[in-house]
Amino acid sequence: MSLRILVCVKRVPAPGARINVTDDGQSVETAHLGFTTSPHEECALEEAVQLTEANGGTVVVLTLGPPEAEEQLRYAASVGAHELVLVPTDGTAWDPQRTATALTEAIEAQEAAGGAFDLILFGNESADSGGFQVGVRVARALGRPIVNGIKGIEVGAESVTARRAVDAGSEVYELPRPAVLGVKEGLNLPRYPTMRGRLASKKAELVTAELDVEAGGQRLVALRQPEEQVSNTELLGDSPAAATAVVDLLEELGVLES
Amino acid sequence: MTVLVLIEHDRGEAPEAAWEGLTAGRHLAESLGCELAAVVAGEAGAALADEIAEYGADVVHVAEHELLGDYGPDAWAETVRQLIDDIEPTAVVGVGTDRGNEVLAHVAARLDLPFVANCLAVQPGDDPDDADEPWALTRVQWGGSLLEDASVTAGLKLLTYAHHGVAAEPADSPGAGSIETFEPTLGDAEAVTIIRDRAVESQGVTLSTAPVVVSGGRGVGSADGFAALEELAELLGGRVGCSRAVTNNGWRPHRDQVGQTGTRIAPEIYIATGISGAIQHWVGAMASKKILAINTDPEANMVVKADYAVIADLHEVVPAISAEIRRRRGG
Repeated sequence: MSLRILVCVKRVPAPGARINVTDDGQSVETAHLGFTTSPHEECALEEAVQLTEANGGTVVVLTLGPPEAEEQLRYAASVGAHELVLVPTDGTAWDPQRTATALTEAIEAQEAAGGAFDLILFGNESADSGGFQVGVRVARALGRPIVNGIKGIEVGAESVTARRAVDAGSEVYELPRPAVLGVKEGLNLPRYPTMRGRLASKKAELVTAELDVEAGGQRLVALRQPEEQVSNTELLGDSPAAATAVVDLLEELGVLES
Repeated sequence: MTVLVLIEHDRGEAPEAAWEGLTAGRHLAESLGCELAAVVAGEAGAALADEIAEYGADVVHVAEHELLGDYGPDAWAETVRQLIDDIEPTAVVGVGTDRGNEVLAHVAARLDLPFVANCLAVQPGDDPDDADEPWALTRVQWGGSLLEDASVTAGLKLLTYAHHGVAAEPADSPGAGSIETFEPTLGDAEAVTIIRDRAVESQGVTLSTAPVVVSGGRGVGSADGFAALEELAELLGGRVGCSRAVTNNGWRPHRDQVGQTGTRIAPEIYIATGISGAIQHWVGAMASKKILAINTDPEANMVVKADYAVIADLHEVVPAISAEIRRRRGG
């Protein structure tokens, strides 16, 4: 059962303890930040690679972003992706409708050229803008079923069984193939690239698909910091002797009863 | 004119988020000077009508269909879409839970309309009757560590409010809550994404409901290092959590992870040990009522943002806390 799987990923900044905004409020200040693949999508990619390792097949990775997003596509190749597709933007953030329309067109072009995808994986939501909708819009446009929040996938001959994590367990869905899934971190533990993988990724073929798509109805006006939470941290001690003060506090908060 | 609120429920059980959504929807309806209506998918939801009325809804639309016995994003979204055709609301709102965002995204995809997820504030245009006038919204990015002011232009506004962004509060005067049942047309296309089965994997308190969470970060040093945290959590009837660095190292399973891509917690007290407090972690912990940080680094973000701190080695402090609890309990 050879599988052809598409994974959509997004290049996002890798922030530390604070996120700063540019003076014009249009984007995150990234001068001192590295970039990464949005975490849920790292797991989507790992899952796709594991599925093709077990069954044979091809993993195609697609991203919409600035030309620099090539870095995330090369990374994907270094951990096992076979084909790379970049839909370049002008570097501005595209709204969810525009993004979904462009991705749909790019996917249709990939399928026309290389055959239909058995499975398409999205991250549940992107780490930065978090619109919670692009995968759903693309699936709908392609006429395929999608379920979000997935932390377990089994691909059968006719269908895909998907497990969605809820508070005390999981919900099980069974979608006919071809299907689309929005996955979450925890689906697997993504591997790190090997030296051989890194070398091979430099030579992997990267297709650029320029697409001209109209903006949707949601527009970013400005990003800003929430009001800084003022916290005067009360120091309870600087040695294990602080345990007395800590347990006093627990008693005061009423969590010590049991 | 109507604001329609999607009531989230699980086979008739409504989570706190359902009431947050009704509260936020009521405020929106008040600012528009219009009616507040609710929709519940499935007969089981009819039992919620009285409570829905307490939150100010005048009408409760109950959708009845054999495919609405359990949750399915397509069945729910198609139900809402058909109701939209019928009652032509100005806005359809939900709460940004897994299901809330999922259903609204499916509704938006069906109607090819914008959907704005996880709003904190919604300001309609000056003329509520002018559908082409943009609305101004504030929504969260980065799981809540950054705000986005956005505008949305659409004849029908589809949005969710950020979970925990609005506190649930019944109306001063309840709405009529009159039940109007309707039967949507649903078929195979909607049936494919309905829940097939469930698995229960944990008993008792979960990370998101525990009154106390004792978490460890990179500073714990190893999987074995969590034994002391387990002991303290057990003494307090709580649960052990961890940071993303810990799950990435394979020291704990992902279901223990507190953070933007893990679980969002809101315990009475969060005890964060050996955690630096990167954005990813902080947004999962910030709803905690009190935070105690135990860390050797007084400059760590977690320490700076905490209510209380102990600046010392967690490997010594955590066992000392457990010992003190036992001593006071006379054991």
